[in-house]
Amino acid sequence: MQVVRHVALSVFKESVRDRVLYSLVAFATLLIGASYLIGQLTAGQDVKIIKDLGLAAIAIFGLFIAVFIGIGLVWKEVERRSIYSLLSKPIRRHEFILGKYAGLALTLLVNVAMMTAAFYVVLAYMNTQASDALRAVWPAPAADPGMLRAVALIVLELLLVTAIALFFSTFSSPFLSAALTFGLWVAGHFNADLRNFEVVVESKTAAYLARGIYYVLPNFAAFDIKAQVVNALPVPPTYLLLAAAYALVYIALLLTGAVLVFSRRDFK
Amino acid sequence: MDAIRTEALTKHYRVGFWRPRPYVALDALTLEVRQGEVFGFLGPNGAGKTTTLKLLMQLIYPTSGRAEILGRPVGDVAVRRRIGYLPENPYFYDYLTAEELLDYFASLFGYAAAERRRRVASLLDEVGIGAERRLQLRKFSKGMLQRVGIAQAILNDPEVVFFDEPMSGLDPLGRREVRQLILRLRDRGGTVFFSSHVLSDAETLCSRVAILAEGRLVASGHLSNLLAFQVRGWELVVTGLTEAALERATTLGHIARATPLGAQHYALELPITVAPDGVLSELTACGARLVSLTPVRETLEDYFVRQVADAPRERGLGTGT
Ligand SMILES: Nc1ncnc2c1ncn2[C@@H]1O[C@H](COP(=O)(O)OP(=O)(O)O)[C@@H](O)[C@H]1O
Ligand SMILES: [Mg+2]
Repeated sequence: MQVVRHVALSVFKESVRDRVLYSLVAFATLLIGASYLIGQLTAGQDVKIIKDLGLAAIAIFGLFIAVFIGIGLVWKEVERRSIYSLLSKPIRRHEFILGKYAGLALTLLVNVAMMTAAFYVVLAYMNTQASDALRAVWPAPAADPGMLRAVALIVLELLLVTAIALFFSTFSSPFLSAALTFGLWVAGHFNADLRNFEVVVESKTAAYLARGIYYVLPNFAAFDIKAQVVNALPVPPTYLLLAAAYALVYIALLLTGAVLVFSRRDFK
Repeated sequence: MDAIRTEALTKHYRVGFWRPRPYVALDALTLEVRQGEVFGFLGPNGAGKTTTLKLLMQLIYPTSGRAEILGRPVGDVAVRRRIGYLPENPYFYDYLTAEELLDYFASLFGYAAAERRRRVASLLDEVGIGAERRLQLRKFSKGMLQRVGIAQAILNDPEVVFFDEPMSGLDPLGRREVRQLILRLRDRGGTVFFSSHVLSDAETLCSRVAILAEGRLVASGHLSNLLAFQVRGWELVVTGLTEAALERATTLGHIARATPLGAQHYALELPITVAPDGVLSELTACGARLVSLTPVRETLEDYFVRQVADAPRERGLGTGT
């Protein structure tokens, strides 16, 4: 366990120093700023637009961080052969994989936290600018803590994406891993359409196949409750718990797969 | 208990994308290295030295055969606490400093922070990295990375150290420092197993060597006892040698070849069958004077060339000789 923690901390240190991260965070912050400008132009609806944009930006930037660091994490160590000296230390291969995952998860958490903080600052500022009459027509207050539920699900989604990227990176090149991870992400968002495929096709086998794929593919759409929280619609706590359980089981399976692949392979 | 023991250790790689076929990188290597030895693992490029070390570190898995370190199968985490490994052309993390890297590796051994600081500082002193220790590793030259690599290999006061080409990338001074370091490790009772493609690295250091060519062990033992490196003759350089004296010695079969270096000044090759002192006194009796007498040995490089020329073979499966 200690070993996993040390590997994770080194990943965190290295990714914080890799300036790619800073630029992404800066970019996200800029985007939130831009959404504020848009808000200035569209009186009344502005707070909703900013919430939509802000949450989407957190999800997208988190996605890019998860994929672009995730695909390189293991691959880079193998390719540059830094793994040679590391694995000659008292560390098991599964500890290496878990440490890498935990490190990237930590990096993501810190980044999402920073983006969320910036987001709430913008919203709090909006609140001070709005008139009482305007506030009265908002479906929810500007700096609504209820939105943290959407952020929490975004975090779960990102943890799942990270596990997918890490899984692919244990045996394929970054380019392929990125393509596969993004592919799964897109497929996972439009997954729901597969469930009711029989409506569109005649063939029973095609429908069963589609249903099968639906259950195997990660169901990313389930983590998207942005619209609900922005419009202050109810989100049952059991839904959040189920989504969390789903993500955790999926992540556990992916990490197990990554460990199995990684433990058997030769380092060239 | 031996420090290192391999039994018929074999590694095949599959090469070729469309029609993969096995390539024998290491062919049934059986080797024993005793504790406290400095053992040279020699062979030309591509002989299979790095492959062997990677098998011992379980960075790759053998096709067949077994390997043990300190009496335990390779890959045993408890054994990892007692060994150190310098990879060939080591590379680490761009964004960590030398200090941070060593601290990170030390943490994997479970040392507390104060202990880590102490070890890291003294190690960096030992391998001669001064103020650069606070620099990120991406700014390090090859030679400096090699030094960091050596430092991380001896971080845990290992009982057995594996060095893959420890001298590569170092200047003559650096090579001498590494040589001294290896002897210090030996004096502390450690075992050092190092690979090299340069014979002179081994000559002054090793108690025993193994010589690998084309994936096969071709010789092992003490360097001076290895048949290939026995004295094969003598080179005698003399001045004041008359043509008549030269001709007589040649007809007696005492001189295999004479190369004139100047007036009455010759380099003479004596066959191993004659005693050089006898020939020398015979020539000095005729008025010649000795300039130098040196034994002729085959170099590791010559030896390799001959090995490869003697037994040319395809390193595929089934086509070996
Ligand atoms: N991953 C690999 N795939 C295919 N061939 C390899 C691989 N690694 C090494 N080889 C081959 O195995 C042989 C032995 O290589 P190596 O152990 O690196 O030699 P050395 O360290 O003695 O120079 C070489 O011919 C090399 O080309
Ligand atoms: Mg090598």
